[in-house]
Order: sequence, then C-alpha cells, then structure tokens
Amino acid sequence: MDLNELHRIAAKERERRLPRQIRCCIAAGCLSARSDVVLAQLQDTVNQAGLTEQVHVAGVGCMRLCSQGPLVQIDPDAACYQRVTPENARSIVSGLAGGEVQAEPLDLDHPFFKLQTTVVLENFGKIEPERIETYIEAGGYEALHHVIYELEPAGVIETITKSGLRGRGGAGYPTGIKWATVAKHASERKYVVCNADEGDPGAFMNRSVLESDPHRVLEGMAIAGYAIGANQGYIYVRGEYPLAIERLKKALAQAGRLGLLGSGIFSSPFDFRIDIRIGAGAFVCGEETALMASLMGGRGTPTPRPPYPAEKGLWGMPTLLNNVETFANISTIIRKGPEWFASIGTPKSTGTKVFCLTGKVANTGLVEVTLGTPLRTIVEQIGGGVPGGTIKAVQTGGPSGGCIPAELLDTPVDYDSLGKIGSIMGSGGMIVMDQNTDMVDVARFFMEFCMDESCGKCIPCRAGTVQMHRLLKRIIAGEADRDDLERLEKLCAMVRDTSLCGLGQTAPNPTTSTLRYFRHEYEARLKNSAEGKGSKHPIAPSVSHAGQGERSA
Amino acid sequence: MSVTTLTINGKLVSAAADETILQAARSAGISIPTLCYVEGLSAHGGCRMCLVEIEGSNRLQPACFMKVSEGMSVCTETDRLREYRKMIIEMLFAEGNHVCSICVANNNCELQNAAIATGMDHERLEYTYPRREVDNSHPRFGIDHNRCILCTRCVRTCDELEGAHTWDVSGRGATSKVITDMNQPWGESVTCTSCGKCFMACPTGAIFTKGTTVAEMEHGRAKLEFLVNAREKKQWNV
Repeated sequence: MDLNELHRIAAKERERRLPRQIRCCIAAGCLSARSDVVLAQLQDTVNQAGLTEQVHVAGVGCMRLCSQGPLVQIDPDAACYQRVTPENARSIVSGLAGGEVQAEPLDLDHPFFKLQTTVVLENFGKIEPERIETYIEAGGYEALHHVIYELEPAGVIETITKSGLRGRGGAGYPTGIKWATVAKHASERKYVVCNADEGDPGAFMNRSVLESDPHRVLEGMAIAGYAIGANQGYIYVRGEYPLAIERLKKALAQAGRLGLLGSGIFSSPFDFRIDIRIGAGAFVCGEETALMASLMGGRGTPTPRPPYPAEKGLWGMPTLLNNVETFANISTIIRKGPEWFASIGTPKSTGTKVFCLTGKVANTGLVEVTLGTPLRTIVEQIGGGVPGGTIKAVQTGGPSGGCIPAELLDTPVDYDSLGKIGSIMGSGGMIVMDQNTDMVDVARFFMEFCMDESCGKCIPCRAGTVQMHRLLKRIIAGEADRDDLERLEKLCAMVRDTSLCGLGQTAPNPTTSTLRYFRHEYEARLKNSAEGKGSKHPIAPSVSHAGQGERSA
Repeated sequence: MSVTTLTINGKLVSAAADETILQAARSAGISIPTLCYVEGLSAHGGCRMCLVEIEGSNRLQPACFMKVSEGMSVCTETDRLREYRKMIIEMLFAEGNHVCSICVANNNCELQNAAIATGMDHERLEYTYPRREVDNSHPRFGIDHNRCILCTRCVRTCDELEGAHTWDVSGRGATSKVITDMNQPWGESVTCTSCGKCFMACPTGAIFTKGTTVAEMEHGRAKLEFLVNAREKKQWNV
C-alpha cells in the first residue's frame, strides 16, 4: 500500500458513484426503529424499478437527529425524510421519478443542523461504516500516511499540542502533553488504549462514532502509536455495544487487509496492531486504572495514581489512554493543521465537542458544536427547547456532573466555565429537565447509579454512596430533618475528598450541585421545616399532574 | 540508594528515595493509622485511613502508596483527616454487622482499636444490617462475613505469602464479598493449604479459628511478621 494506491481506491470509489444516492441511517438509534427493513425496502424498490444503474442505496452512519429516525437522505437533491417506515419507504424511490412521496420531509436547514459544526462527525451520514473504501474516498488514512512519511514522532506531538486539543473523555487534560509524557518514557514496549467504555446514562457519542465512522478512530490510534513509539493498541469497548464491536472488527479486518494497520504500514518500518477488548458491564472500568486492570484480565478495580498510566500502565509499560472522541479528532487535525483546529472554539477549549442531547427536549440526538457555544443555543435553538414547557435545568457530565439551572443557560460550554458553576464537561451526556422534574429525585437517581456501580474497593465510595442514597431517599419520603441534610453535606465532602478513584470522588456532584441551586427543594421536605412541614410533594405541578411520579433521567 | 529528606508533621525525616510516606513515617516513629495495609504485602489503598495532606496539593493521598519526594511536606494529623477517619470507621460499622460484645476478636480487633483511636463513641450513620453468611465448612477455620471489612488482607496474604490464591473478591459495591476458589464453600476449596495465614492477617473476627469463643481469639500476628521479616529483610531470628 502506498499513497497512489490509496488515491486509486478513492478514485475507483468516485467512479462507482451513481448519479443519485439514497442514504439510510443504520446506526443503533435508527436501527431500533427498523431502519434495516427500510433500507431493504429501498434497495428492493430500486431493483424492481430497474434503477440500479442510476440510484445507489447505501446504509450509512448516524445522521444525528436520532429522535426522528429512521432518517433517509437523497443526494444530490439534498432531500431528507424522517420517521420513514417500511411502508412508506417505497414512495421515496417513486418520488425520484416525480411520484408523490408519503414519507415526512425533514428540513436540513433546521437550526438543529445549521448551528452545528462537524469535525468528529464530518463523515456522519455520508460514508458507509462497513466499507473502508468510502472512508478512503473521504480522505481517510491520508493523515496516517502524512505523519509516517512527512513528520517525526516529535512533530506529530507538536502538532497535537499546538492544536490545543484536550481529552474528550471529560477531564480535559491536554492531549499533546499526555502524548509527550508517554513518548518521553523510554521503554521497549508501549501501548495505546482507546477508552470506549462509555457508560454515563444518556450518553451515546462514542457508540455513534464507532458505529458510523470506525476507521477514524483506528487512524487516530495509529497516528498516536507512531507519535509515542507504540506498536500495539487496544480498544476497550463495552459489551453492551454489539453493533459497534461488529463494525470495529470489520474495520480492523479491512484496514489490515489493505496494509493500513499491522506490519509495515504503508510499506514503512512502522508496525501497529489493534486488538479489541470487550468490557463486561462495569461503569468503573471507564476509569483508566480500572480499565487497564480489566484489560489485562483482572478484576476491574482502580489503583491509586501516581504512578500514572503514562509511566506505568498495561503490564507496567508506558501507556497512552484516550477517549474515542479524542482519537476521532486526530486525523482531521493532521489533515487541516493545528492552526485551523485552534481557531475553532475558545482559546483554552479549542475545537468542537459532541453532545448527546436527551431528556425533555424537542430534538434529541447527537450534537457537535464549537466549544464556547452558550448552553442556551444548544438546548433552545438546536434542541428546540421543552415542548409545551420550560427548561428547569440541564444535567451535564452524567453521574460525575452537575445540574445547571435555567438561570445559567448563557454559560458558554467549555471546560473551565462548566467547572466554575459546579458541573463538568464530562464525556458529553446532556439531559434537559423540565419544570416538573424533581431535583432531589434526580440526585437520588444518580446516587443510586454510583452506588450500584461502585466497585467496592474503597470504603468511602462503597459505604458512603449507600449512606448518601439512604439520606436522599429519606428526604424524598419527608422523613429527614435538618441534621440529616447536614449529614448528607458532610458525607458529600468526605466521599469527594477520600475516595480512591474518579467514580467516588465525583459521585456527590449531582447532589452537591442540586443542593447549590435547588436547595429549597430539599429544605421544603424536611420535617419541622417552615416551608414544607415534611410534605412529600412540595413541587408537585400545580397546573397539571402530568409530570407527577415521572422520572426525569 | 539515594536518600531524600522530607517533613512530616513539621519534623525533618530522611527516607530512601523509593519509600512510601507510610514507610518513612513509621521508621521515624510517626504513626499513621491503617487498616488494609500489612507490611510486606502489596499496598491496597482501599481503606483510606492513611490519607495524608501534602503541602501544595489539594488532593489527599494514601501514605501507603504515595512515594516520598525531596522537600515534600506532609501532614498526617489535621482536623479534617481526624474527622474523615472517624467517618470511615463509622461507615464500616454501619455497613457490616459488628457486635463487639459477642465477637471472638473482642479486645483483639483492629477495627475496634481504630474506633477507640478515632474517638468514635457512637454511630451517626444508619446501620444497614446486611444479610450476610457464615461459612463454617473448613475443618479448622471459619469466616463470618458479617464482620468482614473487605480490606483484602486475606486475599493478598494467601496470594503473596502462601502462593495459593484461594481467596479473591466477588461482586461489587456493597455486595462485594471475599470468596474461596470459585465461590464455593471454604471446606471444599482445592487450593487452600489450611496454613492459617489469612486468619493471622484478618484485622477483625471475620476469619476465626474454630474452638474459640467471645474475646478469646488472638490472631497470632507475630508469625506473619516473622514470615515478612524473613522475606523482606532476610532475618530468620525471632
């Protein structure tokens, strides 16, 4: 494999292109709405109509507006249809010849699409995830060729550092510095690990990337391997993502066959092999030290840092761990240059971030925006606000994050601003809550999640989450008094300060942030309180009872 | 071997460069409370009793893991640390079923000692009264999971000192449990050598010898210390 051959594959793919393409989303969201049947119907109709020479039907990756799926797009007409059913799919094909289309049209100029900036998701809805040729046609693997032949490893790291890219797993550690640290440690073996153990409730960014554009992640990992001097990579993907695993396996096989992974990549002396490791359903394995323990076949429990994985990781060797989305940014940064990337977003938070917009919002799905975009733009314009209601809070960062009240919706979404108001960027879960949401119950929900997912190694997380969960339940039941609330706050501080890993350290966040902004909801339920007198439903909706008893997350 | 100097509680201490804060403190006669740590075994970092404050860092660090460094200034006793240690002990009492008055290890229990040392005179948290089992299937020993604090000393002792790896942990969170072999009754374990080191290492009355009653049992920790000394310092004299 050389650059010419890569270009030949791309040219051949372009030649194959028929005048018209019908693209149907076959990522998990649309698949669950039977997009596989829709795709089969489309293909069948095209075959029957004898249009196989004019119309190409393709199953493509996620088109982002998951709530309206299955989505079907026709190019170059730029027509798009939503909620396509197996019944009305045929009319889309007849519509090409001027017939009436029964499927519901979707406006691609909608703010949901217009206000997004796609970097990580640039190929979404365009390429076919199971065909490497379509990724190559979109410029894929050229960045890998470029770094191997045009750049020294140090040059790659410098490029990434200059771009200002920060870890997309949530903590926001500068990626370039992390790479440089691993590169500095001399060792005969080093590893690159991709963290695809996405576990936050309501988050499916990494899943979509792996299902829609798997090669982008592989290319990013190979570039990282070249930069830090590693020959082996692992993707630790959770077992609950069977489709992502299947597509990754296909992608690995295809890239290996073309000599884009494996020994002597692009006929250079650089070897890089990637293997998949499947998680067994523990949220804590998203924590890097627990992930490595699990990856090596042990019990997935964390160990104290230092030593950091960059120094002593897998089998005691220097290991680079990055999130799926971080790796997905790499090839684009190499292709378009660090200056271009740094020009997007804010000076301290460059580039874009993918969010999963879910909850009580009109448009739910994948959203990629430049960092620094106000939260209001995301939930009100892109998300379309709460249908028939008002926004009460937005939860970011999953069980490690916090609830941002509606008053603070003008906060720009970047690492530092979200941290200042008691939440975190997190991996990208964004749950919108309406006026009927019970914030104490939200805190309880996330506490229960952390309690169930605690590995049990350290006492504050194992026993502290149980105690905090009990107190939250007592508050909700109207059985708690002021001392209990004080005890809850003490426990929050103690568990945050003393837990071994990020899971325990951040488990109190949903509680502390709701205490900070919605304290009255807690206090109104305390026994002997002036306001609530132990009322069980102090915020029960006064107008309708629609939201009562409903869970928000 | 290079030597570093650091300050612990305002006292200048010298230590070998690869020592942990805990080792440096103990050789300087400064005590830091521990529960899961056993000298000579790999550190676990789970009990959080040995957390210390390090100047210039907001994060509390476990002394059993954190290596010393030149000029480091460590504080092992602050109001915050004392309060947190007390809360840890309260959490342990609340999550298990610890009743000293009917325990074989009464007066000979590290959890009890820690409760006294931290001044935990009553429980501020809610007892969870978990339903846990007693495994009496082994001819010489028994394990009462009600008294287990999941410090994993038995797991590490069995693996690292005896080399049998009979013990391990199953489950997660509050339902974690130490198990023998593939979670079968201890008496049916094929790897257990009946050496009793797990019993010696256990800080509470969870692993006990049969034939002892309330407050009668002693762990015989000296034997374990002898073994560790022999391995670590190559000292064979008692």
